[in-house]
Amino acid sequence: MSGRGGGLWRWLREHAVQIVGVLVVLYMLIPIVVIFAFSFNDPAGRYNFTWVGFTLDHWSNAFGIPELNEALLTSLKLAVLATVISTVIGTLMAMALVRYEFFGRRAANFLIVIPMATPEVVMGSALLSFFLILGTFSLGFQTLLIAHVMFCISFVVVVVRSRLIGFDRNLEEAAKDLGASPFQTFRLVTLPLIMPGIFGAAMLAFALSIDDFVISNFNSGTTVTFPLYIFGAAQRGIPVEVNVIAMILFFFTCAAMGFATWQQRRAEKMTSVRPEQEVGVGVPAGAAAAT
Amino acid sequence: MRRRVVPYFLLGPGAAWLLLFFVVPLYYLAELSLNGGVFGSYEFDWHWANYSDALSLYDTQFVRSFEYAGLATLFALLLAYPLAYTIAFKAGRWRNIFLFAVVAPFFTTYLIRTLAWETILSDQSPVVKVLDTLGLAPEGHVLATGGAVIAGLTYNFLPFMVLPIYASLERIDVRLIEAGKDLYASASQTFFRVTLPLSAPGVVAGTLLTFIPASGDYVNAQFLGSASNQMIGNVIQSLYLKQSDYPAAAALSFVLMAAILILVLIYIRFAGSEALMGEEAV
Repeated sequence: MSGRGGGLWRWLREHAVQIVGVLVVLYMLIPIVVIFAFSFNDPAGRYNFTWVGFTLDHWSNAFGIPELNEALLTSLKLAVLATVISTVIGTLMAMALVRYEFFGRRAANFLIVIPMATPEVVMGSALLSFFLILGTFSLGFQTLLIAHVMFCISFVVVVVRSRLIGFDRNLEEAAKDLGASPFQTFRLVTLPLIMPGIFGAAMLAFALSIDDFVISNFNSGTTVTFPLYIFGAAQRGIPVEVNVIAMILFFFTCAAMGFATWQQRRAEKMTSVRPEQEVGVGVPAGAAAAT
Repeated sequence: MRRRVVPYFLLGPGAAWLLLFFVVPLYYLAELSLNGGVFGSYEFDWHWANYSDALSLYDTQFVRSFEYAGLATLFALLLAYPLAYTIAFKAGRWRNIFLFAVVAPFFTTYLIRTLAWETILSDQSPVVKVLDTLGLAPEGHVLATGGAVIAGLTYNFLPFMVLPIYASLERIDVRLIEAGKDLYASASQTFFRVTLPLSAPGVVAGTLLTFIPASGDYVNAQFLGSASNQMIGNVIQSLYLKQSDYPAAAALSFVLMAAILILVLIYIRFAGSEALMGEEAV
């Protein structure tokens, strides 16, 4: 008996780190489970905070609240535009920083890092001051787009740069030796190889944009995005449909993530001629590199 | 010659965007913070009193912000390190699943995540009942306390702590750890003399990435705290968007940014600079 107890104790001690690790993972997933569970709730009043009963009504009525749909549509439009713009100009910046030695490189690096080290409330209020004093831009979709592109750029640069740093320049040399023009080399060799990085960066930019509340709250004027709708609704009681849409977005992002991992594996196969090719982990392609 | 202009063309659009919409607005923020007068007729006149007024009125919220953010960073570190260690060295084929779980919260909206904690920590919830039985919830109450705000901050910024620590642990050459063991170091000696120092860049990056956004946050204090748990972000937000006291709000924003910058610089002096500058954190 004591032997068995001792064995268990020993097992616990030997696996203490893993046990804590697993508990922390579960802790990270708790709110997601709660959001999912409460998307099936049938609340008695306006507040969806206590469990009353199971219903599928809100899933079948997911897009039944016009203001919510409009906010979601605004957020999606904004996120797509901000993603496209920030991914294009961020990728160009990353190319410049990795491929060239030039005067002002350190300053450019600093310019890219500093927005990531600034609290959102400072960025939001600074932009609002700028828009208010300047008076050229009326607050609304355009100021939101400006703000979202601004805070996405740095993350795009960091993600794409990490991909470019591990890039074997010999492949481009080989293409040139085989008679490819610089443009062909870029389109047929460089681009496909850094595509997973660009895709990861775009996903991260999209996630940052669609989730942004603080900066948007300062610069939205009367335009309402999905997070702003939630914030406004929080005071008067959030409809259950918000949970449903949050879960739809969640599953959609998971699918995109799966696709990104698959694409990355494919790109790795393309370069598998090089045995020392670093095998990146697909899942946090964007998120991990952004740190 | 051509090669010399190419990088500037590539850099141009992004640098222009960041200069125009990040750097220039900071200048406007500074100018606005020195405006005097009343709403409707704010005017620039080197009104330094905005700073002293703002600081004397809102010093409690400032101190509270750094206290909450500091505690949240500490708790996040204590939770994140074992998790990052598990993922890097023990997870095996579960590694991708674990990493997915770490980033999964990002896929649900920040506000909804925080509202989910409002549900979890509400007085009727089983979690609070358990905490109450353990004597951890005075008067059966967690929501609308400082503890709830710190818990929310800890949760929301945890992935920013886990990912850099994982990245630096993952890069460690396992042979170094084995060498420690071969030289008769105990498990804890190996950890404190080899593993922990080698993962320091990740810890530095993680603490900064947690502390900076946490100290400026106002969503957690708004949803999980009460009027007596307001952080400086709440004050700035309310001065700007509700009371239209732009100069005071701008002054507070500026002080917040300066305070964080000073704290970060001191911290980096002690902890090394690679982590923040991005070269290493990639």
